[in-house]
Amino acid sequence: MKLKQIAQAILVATTGLAATAQAGNVEVLHYWTSGGEAKSVAELKKIMEGKGVAWKDFAVAGGGGENAMTALKARVIAGNAPTAAQIKGPSIQEWGKEGVLASIDAAAAEGKWDTVLPPVVSAVMKYQGHYVAAPVNVHRVNWLWINPEVLSKAGAKVPTNFTEFFDAAEKIKKAGFTAVAHGGQPWQDATLFESVVLGVGGPEFYKKAIVQLDPAALTSPTMIQSFDTLARIKSYIDKDAAGRDWNLATAMVINGKAGMQFMGDWAKGEFTVAGKLPGRDYLCVAAPGTEKAFTFNIDSMAMFKVKSPDAQKSQLALANAIMSPEFQEIFNLNKGSIPARGGVTRANFDSCAVKSMNDMDATSKGGGLVPSFAHGMAISSAKQGAIVDVVAKFMSSNMTSQAAVQALAKAAKTR
Amino acid sequence: MSDTALSPTVSTLHTSPALPTSADPHRGRSSARDTGNSSLAAFADRWLPRLVLSPTIIVSLVFVYGFIGLTGYLSLTESALLPRFEFAGFVQYETLFELDRWWTAAANLGLFGIPFIAICLALGLFLAILLDQRIRLEGALRAIYLYPMALSFIVTGAAWKWILNPGLGLEKTMRDWGFENFSFDWLVDSDMAIYTVVIAGVWQSSGFVMALFLSGLRGIDDSIIKAAMVDGASLPTIYLRIVIPALRPVFLSVLLVLSHIAIKSFDLVMALTAGGPGTSSDVPAVFMYQFSFTRGQLGLGAASAMMMLATVLAVIVPLMYLETKGARHAR
Repeated sequence: MKLKQIAQAILVATTGLAATAQAGNVEVLHYWTSGGEAKSVAELKKIMEGKGVAWKDFAVAGGGGENAMTALKARVIAGNAPTAAQIKGPSIQEWGKEGVLASIDAAAAEGKWDTVLPPVVSAVMKYQGHYVAAPVNVHRVNWLWINPEVLSKAGAKVPTNFTEFFDAAEKIKKAGFTAVAHGGQPWQDATLFESVVLGVGGPEFYKKAIVQLDPAALTSPTMIQSFDTLARIKSYIDKDAAGRDWNLATAMVINGKAGMQFMGDWAKGEFTVAGKLPGRDYLCVAAPGTEKAFTFNIDSMAMFKVKSPDAQKSQLALANAIMSPEFQEIFNLNKGSIPARGGVTRANFDSCAVKSMNDMDATSKGGGLVPSFAHGMAISSAKQGAIVDVVAKFMSSNMTSQAAVQALAKAAKTR
Repeated sequence: MSDTALSPTVSTLHTSPALPTSADPHRGRSSARDTGNSSLAAFADRWLPRLVLSPTIIVSLVFVYGFIGLTGYLSLTESALLPRFEFAGFVQYETLFELDRWWTAAANLGLFGIPFIAICLALGLFLAILLDQRIRLEGALRAIYLYPMALSFIVTGAAWKWILNPGLGLEKTMRDWGFENFSFDWLVDSDMAIYTVVIAGVWQSSGFVMALFLSGLRGIDDSIIKAAMVDGASLPTIYLRIVIPALRPVFLSVLLVLSHIAIKSFDLVMALTAGGPGTSSDVPAVFMYQFSFTRGQLGLGAASAMMMLATVLAVIVPLMYLETKGARHAR
């Protein structure tokens, strides 16, 4: 009998706990698990707790978010989706088609999102005209990171177009350094490829070929020229690059073994952790030929349909918190990216971040603000995967540019 | 895993299953309980084993065969990000066979699997024969050769990735020691990357194969060998004509285990080459995972999984047939 009483007591206690847990909590799936990223998520948690909403963390490690996406699918199929998940780009549309995303138009109206977000950004956050996701940050992908000491030792100058780039690379190579630090992983090959296409063809060609996947553009002489340029850059990458992680390639630039690296602005975090200062120990310039273009990669939190009105209120509070200027400033200072929204004070951001913010404003008006295909912002994951396969094969074999553009056109037809 | 592999081989070598010694087939089982509750005891004897085994069988039926059926059905649909259940014919298989990457992966399965199995068999048998010579420290040596099996494939892959990296590992060490022209850059070479997976796999699994063969060798009847020696047969002849044929059941078990490791190897390839420079060391398991989950092409991934199942069946069904045929002859 005593056992029965104990069992009853435990049952009552747990249901009581569950009831209190329901009032105002959010479960957030994300893959911000590295040092700086985890600190940034902790800031969001503090803000939410200040609003009286409990934060249930659902962190799944794995840099590109693949493991997180697999975990998310399992939860959605089981009918137990989290409150919010870190989903970006066309994936938001794919999830919207499955009918599981919730509209946060109430929060968007309150925060006047339509006025503070560039139209290109808010288009990504909407499904069928309704806001379903809140943008957290904007990464610029078309950066070239340079070690000025290596450059001066080689007698080269900072390149602004590909002619100057190859000139500098040749000088650096002759001086005994590695000209281009690169990691031979498919996503890094794709990051390099998209900066080359943007630099060779310009933003309009990039949009036509890579975003719209126009077959004529994909097999055009400009695309062949892009692959030729890529092959030439390949000759300046060292032999051991296969499989190297991106941060080890950045370390080569930091340590003065290599001169330049094509990488997004998350590389700045590595320089900062190593105690280097922008302008003095490292230079951030737009990738050759892309000064008037900005390849964006936006991390965002997509909101899932929740049942109870309490949970919906908490969800709107989360969306407002993410878009608040205070959170955007703190998060992006920690992570090395720039705020997605306008109206955030620039006083604390370093020179590379300020340059990034200025360029984003300029290209938003000028038409050079393009989505990053390598980071899942431009096309569906199936098509992106097929194109990245072609680029990775080109970078690791002696495929000709002609064969590459044919394979590219075939890959673009993936359903 | 080693227990199930060993017991059928030992039993087929030595004992024939209980031959009916009298007309009553149940005599052996319930003779001890003939007094009193014989009907209840007989009932328990018949039904208790089935009751105890039934949860396992039901779980296997549902979670293994049921889900194989589900995957098979998904491969006949247009599932993309999430499963969809409208029948769509063989369109996923057509797409699969048009993909260059699939054929690379399928070819790599052969290029990895066949050398892996052959070298493991040869090396394992050789080590077992050497260890069988009643040497000192046999226990310690056996443990040393078996230790790599205790590592997970991820650890093996990561360690060999560092060893085989030209700038960090073997090539750099040999060059630092003075062999200026030594080069071993298979890991970063598109054509040779798949063979580095063979190296790491053989290092991990040959100890296990050695242990299986060693127990098989220990099970061979000494009197046959002594009789052959009396007849004047030389040692190599004894090994070739008597010992190795007697190990045939062990060969079959080893082939079963090794081919299952080769076909499903995912973690070793991911840790060692992550699909190789580009996609040159891709294998079907990696292909299936990336297409099903990373790229949101669930139907295509399911089709590739069914192709992997077909390969497994093509290997296992003849092996099982050979093994049971051998067992029937033993009686």
